[in-house]
This record gives sequence, C-alpha cells and structure tokens, in this order.
Amino acid sequence: MYVAVKGGERAIENAHRLLAHARRGDQSVAEISLDQISEQLGLAVDRVMSEGSLYDRELAALAIKQARGDLIEAIFLVRAFRATLPRFGASEPVETGAMRVQRRVSATFKDIPGGQILGPTFDYTHRLLDPSLAEGFVPEAPAAAEASTAPTPRVTDILGRDGLIESSPQAEEGASVGDLTREPLNFPADRDLRLQNLARGDEGFLLAMGYSTQRGYGRNHPFVGEIRFGEVEVELFAEDVGFAVPLGAIELTECQMVNQFKGSATEAPCFTRGYGLAFGQSERKTMSMALVDRALRARELGEEALAPAQDEEFVMSHSDNVQATGFVEHLKLPHYVDFQSELGLLRKLRKEFAEASAPDAMKEAAE
Amino acid sequence: MAVLAHAEAGEIAARLRNFALPAHQDLRVPENGLVMLRGRVGGDGAPFNLGEATVSRAAVRLASGEVGFGYTLGRDGEKARLIALCDALVQSRDFGGPVERDVIAPLREQLMLRRNRTAAETAATKVDFYTMVRGEG
Repeated sequence: MYVAVKGGERAIENAHRLLAHARRGDQSVAEISLDQISEQLGLAVDRVMSEGSLYDRELAALAIKQARGDLIEAIFLVRAFRATLPRFGASEPVETGAMRVQRRVSATFKDIPGGQILGPTFDYTHRLLDPSLAEGFVPEAPAAAEASTAPTPRVTDILGRDGLIESSPQAEEGASVGDLTREPLNFPADRDLRLQNLARGDEGFLLAMGYSTQRGYGRNHPFVGEIRFGEVEVELFAEDVGFAVPLGAIELTECQMVNQFKGSATEAPCFTRGYGLAFGQSERKTMSMALVDRALRARELGEEALAPAQDEEFVMSHSDNVQATGFVEHLKLPHYVDFQSELGLLRKLRKEFAEASAPDAMKEAAE
Repeated sequence: MAVLAHAEAGEIAARLRNFALPAHQDLRVPENGLVMLRGRVGGDGAPFNLGEATVSRAAVRLASGEVGFGYTLGRDGEKARLIALCDALVQSRDFGGPVERDVIAPLREQLMLRRNRTAAETAATKVDFYTMVRGEG
C-alpha cells in the first residue's frame, strides 16, 4: 500500500529544472524542432500516435521531444492530453479496401490484382550502418513509374469469394461498439474491445506474445495474407450538419493474417483469420496484433486455450504500457510507511526465530 | 469540402484573399475536440474503436443567411473556420461559382498533383516475385 508523503517541494522543483536542462542537452548543439521529429523520426511518431491512441502528428512529436525520446513516457503524455478534450463523436468506419496504398505485400499470393508494392520499407536492406547518413545526407530523388489505376482489393476479399476463408463477423443491427476508454473492461471481452485493446497495446508486449504463438505456445500456423500501408479518408456524421462530413485523411497500416483452417461436420473447412490495424506505418505492430487477435479467438474456434497469448484476461490486462509502467514505476516512489511495517514484522519474526533456536544452539555448544 | 480538409489553412486563406468577402459572423467559434476513429474487424466486418484523432470544428453564417460548417482533422481552429466560411460561400448565389473556381478547383488540382506524385513513386516499387524451381538456385 502507498501512503502519501509530503515535503521536498524545493528539491522536486529543482529536479524538474535540471530535467529541462538535461532534455535540452549541450546548448551549442541546435535544438530539435517538432517538424524535424515528425519528418525524420516518423515511425517513432507513428508508434506514439498508435499507443497513445491519438492521431495527431504534431502532438506526438511534442510528446517525444518533451519525453527526451522515451516513447512510453511520450505515450503517457499523449494519453493524458486526450483526457482534456471533449469528444465530438465517432467516425464512420474507415474503408481500408479504398486505401491509397503506398505499400502492399502478400506472402501468400505472388500475383495479386493491383500488384505487390514494396513502398518505403526496411525489408531487403542489409542492416549495415550507413556512415553517409551521419552528416549532410541528401537522398536521391525517388524513381517514378506510371501509376496503375487498377483497384487493390484486400487479399482476404479475393479468398473470401471462393469461400476459402471465413468471412468477417458482421455487427448485429443496432449493436453498440465497445469502448474501453468509457467502460471498465470485463471478461470475457468481445472482439471489438479486444481489437481496441490490442490497437493501443504495447508493441513490444504484442511482439513477444505473437512470437510465443509462433514458437508453439498456442500455434495457429499464420501466413501474411496482406500488409498494406497508405492513406484512408475519414468521415464523421456531424449532427449539426445532418450528414457525414469529410475530416481529411489518415495513414494506417493493416495486416490480414491467414491462419490454420478449421471445419466441422456441418461446415466445409476454410482458413481462419487474425486482424491488425494501427495508425501510421506500424508493420511490426499490426503483424503482432493480428497474431494475438487470432490467438485470442481460441475458445470461439473450439481450440484448447493453454498458452498465455490465448488467455484474453492475461493479454488484455498487461498490454497497456501506460498502465503497466504506472504500476511498475510507482515502486520507486516513497514507500516508507509500508516498508517500516514490513521491517517491524521482520524484526519480530527474526527475534522469535532466535529465541526458539537459542536453547538448541546452547545444547550444541555444550556437546 | 473534402478538398479543403486536405489543404492547409494558409493555402485557403491565400486564395480567399482575392475576394471581397461578404459580411459574416461565427455561428460556432472554432472548437477543438476528439473523434473516435473506427475500423472494421477484418477490414469489412463489425466496427471497432481504433483510437481517437484531434478534430477542429466551426460554423459561420453569412449576412445573407447561408450557414457553413467546417470540420477538419487536427487542432487548427482557423482552418475549420475557413472551411466553414467556404461552405457558406459556395451556397450563396453570388459567391458559389467564384469560390468553386478560384479556391476549391485550384486546391483540388494541387491535391491531385501531390497524390499523383506519390502514386508514381509508389508504382516504381511494384515488384514481380517469381518462384524458383527447387534445385535451381
């Protein structure tokens, strides 16, 4: 239990002054701007937006700067900020099939309508440090080619046409969409809440959980049906206007995982699916999310659920890095009263132990 | 209006500067808030809450009575107000045509140029994988 302490105001104030100084670093080095963070550390911004659960590049960049590059601290700052604004409503669900794709790959089919598009990717790089980036690097202009106007349907839609893959669950009419920022989490949780939880969940945690399924802890035989990254339009049904108004576009990454098939006496076998969606270019995150989403469907699909990644209470209760860091890091705050009572109890127990063993010790000495 | 949501406040303001704007007032002063962005399970299934986005909104009424609404991602209240103003102007008999021609059309063209460039750069990374027969190498 934590018992409040008081005092130390001057030291705390000075510590924060020192933090501001340390954050700035050597003042003969140019200060980093939010534009520089947003443009040149774009994937860090994407991660802070995803896990901070707030799409706003500028705020995420500010949070990264304020947090000295500590992304979990930045995510914490963004989460705290979102609590200061009123909510106007919920958008129409985004249409990822109509995404203006900047990257789209499938590991299951090499010839997909619309083609495989590598886009800006680390894939196939050699992972050798590049000294030319150290200073004054000017990249070559990107190559250009004639853009195709062919649609880029989701790979899962193509498989779905032949009934080879399960179709996505549809909402019941009038069903509300679960929101874990508004209602406390209860178990078992429906898929909408699970996906919301995973979408804001810690990338490292989900990566480890997803990896564990590949290593055999809840194996579900995944293939990347498709990963796509690009811009989608956002619309909001505005009550004052009376129709859905365009808000602009956001960048999203979507991962469709195609998993081991299942059938029954009454249903023909078909592939099952896991789904990942996140703000910005967040491939590792969406892949991990899709693996864990699929693992969490174990019960629904009649699979034995023995592995951690299949345990929704375990996964959903530990995926949030703001909650996790809050509880872990609170341990460093003063626990003096708490510790004093433990210390008192321990001294008492040790005294009792010494008294109980004292006659034995004397007996041994005599022998 | 989608075109305006994709433009910068400064770009809209610069194009409106050439107009002798009619009298107008704020019906709703610019206000920042959040919109919960939704996705769908599997891309095409039941909706779920993905995460929020900052949104700014405003409403403007012309002296002649037309009411315009402005909504945009981000926290730029001035941009929301300019969109609302344009929305009101396009409904007016006197300004509808000119605003479409001198504000929205050129911004649409700029947007298309940006999109086409991205599409062309993206297209250059289109890849044809081919499967090797085992034993070749």
